[in-house]
Amino acid sequence: MRPFAPLTITGGRLLTGSGEAQSGAIRCEGDRIVAVGDIAASDGDRTLDAKGKLVMPGIIDLGVFEIDKPAFHFGGITRAALMPDQNPPLDYPARVRFAASFGKPDFWVHPVAAATRGLEGNELPELGLMREAGARAVSSGRKWIGDSGVMLRVLQYAAMLGLPFIAHAEDAGLSGGSVATDGETATRLGLASAPAEAEALAVARDIALAEMAGAHLHIRQVTTAAALDLVRAAKARGARVTCGVTPAHFMLSDIAVNGFLTFARLSPPLRAESDRQAVRAALADGTIDVIASGHDPRGPEDKRLPFADAAPGMAGAETLLPLTLGLVRDGVIDMPRMVDLLCVNPAKILGVPAGRLEAGLEADIAVIDPDRPWIVDSDRMQAQAGNTPFDKQPVQGRTIALFKGGLELKP
Amino acid sequence: MSDAPSPSSTRYPAGGEAFPHKDLTGISELAPWQILYLLDEAEQWVELNRRATKHVDALAGLTIINAFFENSTRTLLSFEIAGKRLGADVVNMHAAQSSVKKGETLIDTAATLNAMQVDAIVIRHASSGAVRLIADKVDCPVLNAGDGRHEHPTQALLDALTMRYWMRSRGFEEFNGLKVAICGDILHSRVARSNVLLLTALGAEVRVCAPPALMPAAMEQMRVTPFVNFDEAIDGADVVMMLRLQNERMSGPFIPSAREYRYLYGLTKERLKRAAPHALVMHPGPMNRGVEIDSDVADMPEIDGMLRSAITRQVEMGVAIRMACLDVLTRRARGVAGWEPNA
Repeated sequence: MRPFAPLTITGGRLLTGSGEAQSGAIRCEGDRIVAVGDIAASDGDRTLDAKGKLVMPGIIDLGVFEIDKPAFHFGGITRAALMPDQNPPLDYPARVRFAASFGKPDFWVHPVAAATRGLEGNELPELGLMREAGARAVSSGRKWIGDSGVMLRVLQYAAMLGLPFIAHAEDAGLSGGSVATDGETATRLGLASAPAEAEALAVARDIALAEMAGAHLHIRQVTTAAALDLVRAAKARGARVTCGVTPAHFMLSDIAVNGFLTFARLSPPLRAESDRQAVRAALADGTIDVIASGHDPRGPEDKRLPFADAAPGMAGAETLLPLTLGLVRDGVIDMPRMVDLLCVNPAKILGVPAGRLEAGLEADIAVIDPDRPWIVDSDRMQAQAGNTPFDKQPVQGRTIALFKGGLELKP
Repeated sequence: MSDAPSPSSTRYPAGGEAFPHKDLTGISELAPWQILYLLDEAEQWVELNRRATKHVDALAGLTIINAFFENSTRTLLSFEIAGKRLGADVVNMHAAQSSVKKGETLIDTAATLNAMQVDAIVIRHASSGAVRLIADKVDCPVLNAGDGRHEHPTQALLDALTMRYWMRSRGFEEFNGLKVAICGDILHSRVARSNVLLLTALGAEVRVCAPPALMPAAMEQMRVTPFVNFDEAIDGADVVMMLRLQNERMSGPFIPSAREYRYLYGLTKERLKRAAPHALVMHPGPMNRGVEIDSDVADMPEIDGMLRSAITRQVEMGVAIRMACLDVLTRRARGVAGWEPNA
């Protein structure tokens, strides 16, 4: 890589990952942060005046389905955990090694290894060799492992390797074939639906098995009040359980599906308004550890279909930051907690030295204007496809400068 | 005929204001008076269909395509007869679900039909919402002949027309307070959804009855009363509407067996005694005789000019309703006075 001059960002309000925003500067040499706080630029430094905007760690997106650099950079995201649901799945060391390297240098991918071969829920793949190749976690991907015996063995194996297990929590017996949550909307539209309890059942089982196995369980999306209560209780007794959510489930309820809008076809599906409120409460009280984009760009061939035939998923990378900032504006969370949810906790779960502005760490830095207004437009997105349920919605908050390992990127 | 002022012309807004929709994709999109407008419009076609010569030229020169992506005999035939009696050129497209798989193909099919300059498209599709998807892509009116579990609006309209003639024979005309029990596989039934929407919109008191596995969630939020006990559901009902139980659902995870279904949910002569005296029995067909409905109930004769079993009458009303829908929806394209496009 071409060497470049040291970088000093001045005049910003630093959100370092510990404590409130404070005025200060940050200096980087090579790909590392070397000093944070009350410092000045040295001669020959590249300098950037942040003009009072927020300077925070680059976002670490815990659970995406596509490496879509323009969208990630737009959204202030410098690293992402890539889910194993690729074609072919990340169930073989060489594929993991390839995935771990192909974003570099301007984007880092932390591959998530498939928990079972072909993600079929039966046989163990070479998880140890995949860890060696760069896998940072193990996951069943979009699916739930129905066989509790297989799930226990996978969790024990992951625990032995020190890898977290990233779960998708939907009891397949209840949710199989469904595309919506039981309720008035699904009934009126005539959509096959499953009870919201499918999530709590899956969460209850997975927590029980993880506690038996001594594994770290991270449930990628918890979207219902009952399941959040289970996570809350597990945390209270000291179980190694963390969980996340995407903005869709704290912004939207199932009425967004009306009109058969396939951009609102998600997995897990959108829930009742009371569950949406429960998600916001869990963000406020600390039960939820991570907000991720679940980035899954899908073109018209997957989305311009009858609702039940459309693929689930949304392009979320560009809206992750502004919608999370919306929680700050609404008083649900504060700025330091936002950095925990987007940066600190994902890094902790993946076990990567990142997610903070701290001397010695990779210089992954986002400069954010938290108030800048813009309008989401599905026809003009950076992402590979514009499948967002937030089309035409006005939002606030934009990345104005972005650095990955000291390398300046176009946000 | 349709150019002449209809009998309902004084009860509704003038011209195209009476029915301001391009398509008929669901009862959910209609205001109560728009439902009544279609029922009133259909009455002229009921009369016409009972004459020896059943033909007008109202839609002469127009092309109607019946695009059925799901198998159908009765509904397809009914739409075909309706179009032909109005003088239109009717083409049936049997697009088996296997050949038209998914993806762009459905949209491409819509674009193809649109490019052929057809004047109306009648669509049946196995996926909820598929008809709306096509309607948004084509210029001509689209009629929903059944989409997945979502809606089957012409069926609900023909059922309402059937009920209204029967109500008149008994000396009343208002749906207000009419007790209707809809029984059977509510979960998978678009007929049930459209009927619930239409009947509740007109003020009827609707009960739905199904075994728990075949009852959708949150039915009570559709302003109906759900029952699992069949006897309670039909107690005092003025109209008992039975739904077809699909063969593939008769044994297995939903229902143990056909005979057990009949034992719990079959409409027998004995059970019908719980309904109101002279209650009307309906079924959208095709029937499973001896499963959801017994033959001696399905074949009950008229008493003093009053229907007991409306099953064949429903089929008759179906043609008239579809004629009314095709007539009303093509008026803009035909430039009927007061129905000019963008008027």
